[in-house]
Amino acid sequence: MLNDITLGQYFPGNSPIHRMDPRAKLLLTVVYIVALFLVKSFVGYALSLAFLYLVVRLAKIPFKYLIKGVKPLRFIILFTFLLNLFFLTGEKVLLVLGPFRLTQEALFNALYFSLRLVFLVMGSSVLTLTTSPVQLTDALERILHPLQRFHFPAHELAMMMTIALRFIPTLLDETDKIQKAQMARGADFESGNLIQRAKAMIPLLVPLFVSSFRRANDLAMAMEARCYRGGDHRTRLRELRYTRLDGMAALAVCGFVALIVLEGHFFG
Amino acid sequence: MGEQRMDENRIQAKNVTFRYPEEERNAVDQVSMRVKRGEFLAILGHNGSGKSTLAKLFNALYVPDAGTVLVCGMDTADDELVFDIRQNAGMVFQNPDNQIVATIVEEDVAFGLENNGVPPAEIRTRIDEALRIVNMSEFALKAPHMLSGGQKQRVAIAGILAMKPKVIILDEATAMLDPSGREEVMNTVHRLNREEGISIVIITHYMSEAATADYLVVMDNGKIHMTGTPREVFADVENVRKLGLDVPPMTSLAHDLRQAGIDVRPDVLTVEEMVEEVCRLSSKN
Repeated sequence: MLNDITLGQYFPGNSPIHRMDPRAKLLLTVVYIVALFLVKSFVGYALSLAFLYLVVRLAKIPFKYLIKGVKPLRFIILFTFLLNLFFLTGEKVLLVLGPFRLTQEALFNALYFSLRLVFLVMGSSVLTLTTSPVQLTDALERILHPLQRFHFPAHELAMMMTIALRFIPTLLDETDKIQKAQMARGADFESGNLIQRAKAMIPLLVPLFVSSFRRANDLAMAMEARCYRGGDHRTRLRELRYTRLDGMAALAVCGFVALIVLEGHFFG
Repeated sequence: MGEQRMDENRIQAKNVTFRYPEEERNAVDQVSMRVKRGEFLAILGHNGSGKSTLAKLFNALYVPDAGTVLVCGMDTADDELVFDIRQNAGMVFQNPDNQIVATIVEEDVAFGLENNGVPPAEIRTRIDEALRIVNMSEFALKAPHMLSGGQKQRVAIAGILAMKPKVIILDEATAMLDPSGREEVMNTVHRLNREEGISIVIITHYMSEAATADYLVVMDNGKIHMTGTPREVFADVENVRKLGLDVPPMTSLAHDLRQAGIDVRPDVLTVEEMVEEVCRLSSKN
């Protein structure tokens, strides 16, 4: 059962978007998200949606995967929408509900805010759907590499992420094993109220913690035995190279940003 | 002549003593031994006999409190040589899960080379070759957690092999595997010894594995208790058993037969040899 878990939400494929350099993808996603904050009207959001739709079509990922990414955030989005709706002030009053005055400005702002959140999540979903976690950590390490001059632990950070990714399935497997072993000894993980259930987790978590420390110790020893000495002078099997694809993508995103800026000028 | 001897000995330990901090007893006590070029050596001993500690002294993971360890002529106490030593004396550990670092098989094999700053193009050719030698080429792009224990250990061996070591030390590398995984790993290691000429040191408490070595070192209480070829060591059944170790089943049978007054050779190791002995006896009568 634990063998078929997927890490992250990577949707394997060989589309132009998948083949882009992960660094370029990461940076351009950030640019897209920043551009979302420059949007000032519904025209801008229509543009953002069109752009996103184009990318998703190119990447050949089903659009419902993006919707699925937003779903867990629906309450936060609803909450910010309501908060903005009732607490922002404006001129044109549309509705009075007891102490609350609903204004047109507040309604628009609330809508803008929620839409921005939705696009933000969708935009980053496109990144994680088309880039494997390994590629992402790789990209992150290389983007942050220049900061190492200022003692920012870029390599260490990426190494920790890789090791975490590597050990998630192993620890899940182990949790499963411990759980079965404790159940065989009469442990009950399923009944009782919240506090009782939390308490029932103790015999599961304690052995898991102990064994993770042992694993960490073993792994450190094994890494040392294989000449690990931090990030200095380290080479990589996979080199990242920007290609024409990344240039085209950068141009497309630049065009999008230009449109958004123009939109802010004319409709803002 | 000094030069030549250095070349002959892959690992040379002289009066090595090591004690863990906060412990009374020396884990390794006055041990002298050597691993020759191309040799397949097994270190035997029950738990706490100091055999694993000795293995870690061979890889500069530990540095002796007294005495010296030379790996391909390099002193493990010299800080500047640590990485050269670790590249020359690769180590495979007991738990297959706890020594794989990367999320993809081929990236894990590349780990040691990346650490040593090998250029990417050369990493590629070396890992492809290492994976081919351990017969894991088809798994190059798989995730390690999808592999069996024996396959994981072979990946770990490939990771060492890619660094082109002179010696590979296996610290109970088969202890957590099922019988078929154990066989996979032992076959691979023997092949490396035979075909690539790499010296092998296995730390084990499986007698069947030790019996396939060229030379045995039996440890007890941090000291070397017996040395010799498997035949020589196991023939001394009483002494081996006194250390809480077993002898291979056929050696044990030969011992029992001799005690019952049947004159078979005392140093029988395998079933084939036992068959031969029995045939020899029956043709005599």
